[in-house]
Amino acid sequence: MVILSDKEQKMFDGEMGEATRQSMEILIALAKIYNAKRMIPVTSAQVSGVSYKTIGDAGLEYLEDLVQKGAKVEIPTFLNPAGMDIMQWKKMNVPEDFAKKQIKILDAYSKIGIMQSCTCTPYFIGIRPKKGEHIAWAESSAVAFANSVLGARTNREGGPSALAAAICGVTPEYGLHLDESRVSNFVVDVKCDLKTTADFGALGYAIGKLAKDNPPAFTGIKIATEEQLKVLGASMAASGSVALFFVKGITPEYNIASDAEKITFTESDLKTTKSKLDTGEKPQLVTLGCPHASINEIKQVAELVGKRKPTCEFWVCTARKTKETADKLGYTKTIETAGGKVVADTCMVVCPLKDMGYDITGTNSGKAAKYLQDLCKQRVVFGKLEEILYR
Amino acid sequence: MENVKNIEIKCRSIARGNASGEVLITKEPISFLGGIDPKTGKVTEKGHELEGKNIAGKVLVFPHGKGSTVGSYVMLQLAKNGTAPAAIINMSTEPIIAVGAIISKIPMVDQPEKDIFLLLKNGMQITVDANKGEIIV
Repeated sequence: MVILSDKEQKMFDGEMGEATRQSMEILIALAKIYNAKRMIPVTSAQVSGVSYKTIGDAGLEYLEDLVQKGAKVEIPTFLNPAGMDIMQWKKMNVPEDFAKKQIKILDAYSKIGIMQSCTCTPYFIGIRPKKGEHIAWAESSAVAFANSVLGARTNREGGPSALAAAICGVTPEYGLHLDESRVSNFVVDVKCDLKTTADFGALGYAIGKLAKDNPPAFTGIKIATEEQLKVLGASMAASGSVALFFVKGITPEYNIASDAEKITFTESDLKTTKSKLDTGEKPQLVTLGCPHASINEIKQVAELVGKRKPTCEFWVCTARKTKETADKLGYTKTIETAGGKVVADTCMVVCPLKDMGYDITGTNSGKAAKYLQDLCKQRVVFGKLEEILYR
Repeated sequence: MENVKNIEIKCRSIARGNASGEVLITKEPISFLGGIDPKTGKVTEKGHELEGKNIAGKVLVFPHGKGSTVGSYVMLQLAKNGTAPAAIINMSTEPIIAVGAIISKIPMVDQPEKDIFLLLKNGMQITVDANKGEIIV
């Protein structure tokens, strides 16, 4: 049985409008499915299901239906990437029909009161929930980052459940909101040096497949940047459904079950994974920023391509707010001079890449490597920046 | 058939409302995205036990959903097109079908107390009362 507060009961009884009633009905159904006993307040929500490519006409109709019912969010709520850069979609050959539908989707979210941040890395634009803070985020890589690197608490929400939490300001208390779920029974001893982001991407891709939805714990990683942890988590969330991981000495939590299984990850495992992900071809397009690049990553790309022009087209995908900083600091200009684009609001996975004329795409992210293949019908080139940009 | 009339089977209520209709039952999970044509309500999944059958206006009985979460939105499309099932009974539901039923206002229950795969047959007329959490056969 789910016990509701007076306010939650009023929401369920329809006293706060039909959209709120429907949202509370969704949260109660989830509470029943996952045996939650009560609702808990959440401080922010992050909603997935933004690209027209992902949700199609059915999703658009759902959002317009919610708008019609007067839906409004109660808490700060942010969007996942859309299917195109809102400012430069024309130059990027996005089909006109797609763009029209995409704009309708964004308008609907806007009417519900959701910020058009369109990013999978809200934590790089100042949205950083604190340790122990309960949130309802949907983007799988942001969920992994928030739980693991920030120590905040969220389940892997779906689009509608994150939206329901945003409208009611609460979520059912189960899964990763509870201490008992934040324990690893799968420890990976990393026996090789992880030098590049691609190395972290490959490690994540390999371990996500083994861990599935168990939280893995890593030992032997001496140093890792936030950007590398971002790629590690994103890759595990894509190849498995990892929502929480620990790195000894680095993440704020490190809880291991006494009977945890232990495995090692060696130099040869790293090599094998990387070569499996790479067709070895010369890419038509190299896409960086999966998940969305931080300003630091954009700076690194600008420094690299400023010295030597890449031999293929390339994009750096990021949040609009980060792109504005890159514009001001001159990085965007350097990248454009070298034949690249700084692409905001969208990414290689959720934009209609095939319709835009690409078949062979490069990445240094284990997540992009998986989805470029599965969802975008691309032949994938995988490796570190310094290599794939000049193949 | 006489001996199964007027049986009330207790269930868990997932999406409010009540409705009556003819049973359409399968032991196979259903994906609404790609598995059902939202225009007609016909099951289009190749090799599915219900392939070619129409779910519109039926009390659709299946174990649980499968496939993409976009399936929830397809259920709303069915409702708008008038091709949605009248009610849904799941064995043990999951978020795709639960969310889809709620946003589409399809009365829905799960976890029936009795073995509905023994009690219910295609074409039987039954009522799902999701407000009370019961199936009336």
